[in-house]
Amino acid sequence: MAKNLFEKVWDAHTVRTLASGQTQLLIGTHLIHEVTSPQAFGMLRDLKLKVAMPHRTFATVDHIVPTDQFAEPYADPLAQEMMDALRKNCAEFGITFFDRATGKQGIVHIVGPEQGITQPGTTIACGDSHTSTHGAFGAIAFGTGTTQIRDVLATQTIAMGKLKVRRINVNGKLRPGVYAKDVILHIIRVLGVNGGTGFAYEYGGEVFDRFTMEERMTVCNMSIEGGARAGYVNPDETTYAFLKGRPYSPKGAAWDEAVARWKSFASDPGCHYDDVVSINAADIAPTVTWGINPGQGIAITESIPDPAKATAADEKASIDEALAYMKLKAGAPIKGTKIDVAFIGSCTNGRLSDFQEVARYLKGRHVAPGIKAIAVPGSQGVRVLCEQLGVDKVFRDAGFEWREAGCSMCLAMNPDKLVGDQLCASSSNRNFKGRQGSPTGRTLLMSPLMVAAAAVTGTVADAREVFSVAAN
Amino acid sequence: MALEKIIRVAGRGVCVPGNDIDTDRIIPARYLKCVTFDGLGEGLFYDVRKNPDGSEKPHPLNDPRFKGARILLSGANFGCGSSREHAPQAIQKYGFKAIVAESYAEIFFGNSTTLGLPCATASREDIARVAAAIEANPTLELALELEAQVLRFGTQSIPINLRESARNALVNGRWDPIGELLEGTAGVAATAGRLPYMGR
Repeated sequence: MAKNLFEKVWDAHTVRTLASGQTQLLIGTHLIHEVTSPQAFGMLRDLKLKVAMPHRTFATVDHIVPTDQFAEPYADPLAQEMMDALRKNCAEFGITFFDRATGKQGIVHIVGPEQGITQPGTTIACGDSHTSTHGAFGAIAFGTGTTQIRDVLATQTIAMGKLKVRRINVNGKLRPGVYAKDVILHIIRVLGVNGGTGFAYEYGGEVFDRFTMEERMTVCNMSIEGGARAGYVNPDETTYAFLKGRPYSPKGAAWDEAVARWKSFASDPGCHYDDVVSINAADIAPTVTWGINPGQGIAITESIPDPAKATAADEKASIDEALAYMKLKAGAPIKGTKIDVAFIGSCTNGRLSDFQEVARYLKGRHVAPGIKAIAVPGSQGVRVLCEQLGVDKVFRDAGFEWREAGCSMCLAMNPDKLVGDQLCASSSNRNFKGRQGSPTGRTLLMSPLMVAAAAVTGTVADAREVFSVAAN
Repeated sequence: MALEKIIRVAGRGVCVPGNDIDTDRIIPARYLKCVTFDGLGEGLFYDVRKNPDGSEKPHPLNDPRFKGARILLSGANFGCGSSREHAPQAIQKYGFKAIVAESYAEIFFGNSTTLGLPCATASREDIARVAAAIEANPTLELALELEAQVLRFGTQSIPINLRESARNALVNGRWDPIGELLEGTAGVAATAGRLPYMGR
């Protein structure tokens, strides 16, 4: 019987059905970081349990690390305490830790693929909702809470209900200046922030066939912002080419066996989907959020929604609440809105190609006066490659601060925070109230190139005009 | 591990209205700088409940009439965003024993269930009826009955829903799955043995 990738991976990792009706699901790869894991290790100790398969868990530190300080102790003693706890827990339980001194540290969702740990046909869990990123490789990858981290550590399994699968086709050709970030912001705008609840999203179609792995990761990363706990792309030659030769990728004869196995997990022709949605690539514009959730996005050429034109009471209330918080004017163009901060980085858009693409256009330009602009590589590996290629120099020359790797201002658990009601053009994934570290701070989500356009003009701008993108 | 069978949750209620209330709003990220879950209740809804100087903003949880509420009512897609278990932990440590909302984000729902915090759903109209009754009489006693799948308030009741696997786990005292997962060790080894990548 024809099966989709989700069903194949799920079935291959099913241990048994639990009394509640949930599945005991084997977790092939477990990734942990400093914020959501310490309590899980505490629970293990309380229950006098060991880590069942320490070689299947990998740790890194990303959320709390300062990006302007490498040496310890950190200025923030709480950050240092979390760092120390992770180091101690990994040493005690025999877990590989990509600490900062290893040169392999970075945001957990960038490190996994970079090291070749993220592989097709596997299950991947991590106490972080953006674990959906790893689905770009044809893995079933999802975020968990801390108690489930305990479960994975202790048993290498979790209790979970099977998800439905929605196939999302994006066919046609993206217009110049339209990026993977715009594709996912558009999908969330169309399907809603809770449209994916209970689903895994399978992304496909001509646009995804052409996408690089980094572009696929950007889209899968934000599946959770559409309510989908997991999102994936079927593995193909692009996937295998990316993985070949990475530290944890299979080698020699094992490589050929692995590729054959990986291919077998791809969705079969004619398989069943619980829902199918088709989107025309040409309909997608450079997209910017104006509100307080990632579904509140518009094309750069559109105006900020007017609650008076809302068709439902609910919609009106949500626009009212968002505009009151964002201090934006109903019906005004989003283009031209003055910004205070520009942030390029995060597990959504902190990869080599993100910085390279911006550097192509940023060369010879300068950040507008009064704008704080920071560029934060997603991993030490990304930072080193950017520096070898001279990408960092373009950013520095343009007036961006070039930082050490980490999550940084995406959620501002480190010192990189908005102040007061600053407005930030951000390549990150969430524009929730207070997300970037100030209870009144405001976030506009957009692609990295759109952030660069905002940085050099000091306002929300159409990158296609600022950088003459169409002409390139 | 013997767990409490969660069949009935009773107490006063409070409604925190709104859709898409995300976990950053439930517990701001700076409260995640901790290595235990102790004291998280104080950070619950902090930035919408308090000003930076610590003074209170108008918020249902600051309203003295609703102090001591045990059942939290809210809107659709409650708990969206970050997977942080700190969010249900904060709700539970603040003193809530159950949530009744229109719908929940997937990860939040699972995290809450595993903590023995039932997340029941009800229609918007029914939640509004209960909220109006609480507003009229904040001392009104509510009772969430998981087997009968109703929320009683005063002499009235509304139907509620709870996903079967979660309801089953709660009423049978199996909401924390660790004991059962540990019993499956032999099956885990067999499943892992069929997957070449699981080997060292």
